[in-house]
Amino acid sequence: MSTDVKQNEAAGAADHGHDEGHASAAFYVWIGVILAVVTGVEVAIFYIEAMDPYEAPLLVVLSAAKVVLVIMFFMHLKMEPRFLTWVFMAGVVLATFMVSALVVLYHVLPVFGG
Amino acid sequence: MAQAAAAVDDHGHTTTGISNFKVGFWTFIASECLFFGTLISTYMVYKGRAVVGPYPAEIFDVLITTISTTVLLFSSLAMVLALHAVQLGKKKHAIMWLLAVIAMGGIFLGMEFNSYLKYIDYGLTLGSSTFGSSYYVLTGTHKVHVVLGMVWMAVLIWLIARNRIPPAKAEQVEIAGLYWHFVDIIWIVIFTLVYLIQ
Repeated sequence: MSTDVKQNEAAGAADHGHDEGHASAAFYVWIGVILAVVTGVEVAIFYIEAMDPYEAPLLVVLSAAKVVLVIMFFMHLKMEPRFLTWVFMAGVVLATFMVSALVVLYHVLPVFGG
Repeated sequence: MAQAAAAVDDHGHTTTGISNFKVGFWTFIASECLFFGTLISTYMVYKGRAVVGPYPAEIFDVLITTISTTVLLFSSLAMVLALHAVQLGKKKHAIMWLLAVIAMGGIFLGMEFNSYLKYIDYGLTLGSSTFGSSYYVLTGTHKVHVVLGMVWMAVLIWLIARNRIPPAKAEQVEIAGLYWHFVDIIWIVIFTLVYLIQ
């Protein structure tokens, strides 16, 4: 039995305890508040004209931060065995590559009238 | 090894030590990333290429969408608190938080459909332009996911009320939570790419 499987079994066993490793309700409320504040910052960036040159990269970074917070703490991926992170990341990386590649092909390079 | 045996007990044979149900559901979520990836790609490819109006900047009300987005974010908070309550065996709290999830999902849908009606009044329909087609298919597919999530939450409430989900079976609520949080994540991405970066 490999070390990884032993670690996963231990994590699975801990999961049966159902509260071990999971945070308190107050912690989740704080994460919710942070998500709301970041959303407010995003909307402020949208409305402030001086931010226009930096708008797109800033909004993408803030949006990515919100996604990471939800995945790590609400979906508990931080506390799960590493294997599940790889499974999920496979989908995320492929999807991000697909969207980025098509945006570059159609909007940046002149290949398809970009 | 006793711990390993306990890990296997409820979930059948597993070669990874992780519940098969959980591995399967994370794989499903990964596939959903690709599914929404194709819809977002389509929207992005056609972005700014519609030859007839109305155009996004003319019809989107970012303030209203911000409110509905915040409501959906807080529904994720309610979901994680419902799971927390189930894990602690607090049945009434769990039901209350799941009802909050359904209510906030309903508010989100109500606000979004109200926006749809406004856009249709402006002349944006599924067949009016490439913007209309890609926008309604992307956001409409997301709304179907929200509706399915709300039905799932209603089933969970029924099961919890009948004492069918004790703390030892909290994984059932955890899996539903994974789905709901994923729906929330997709909206975070849509909100940024569709509404904020115009």
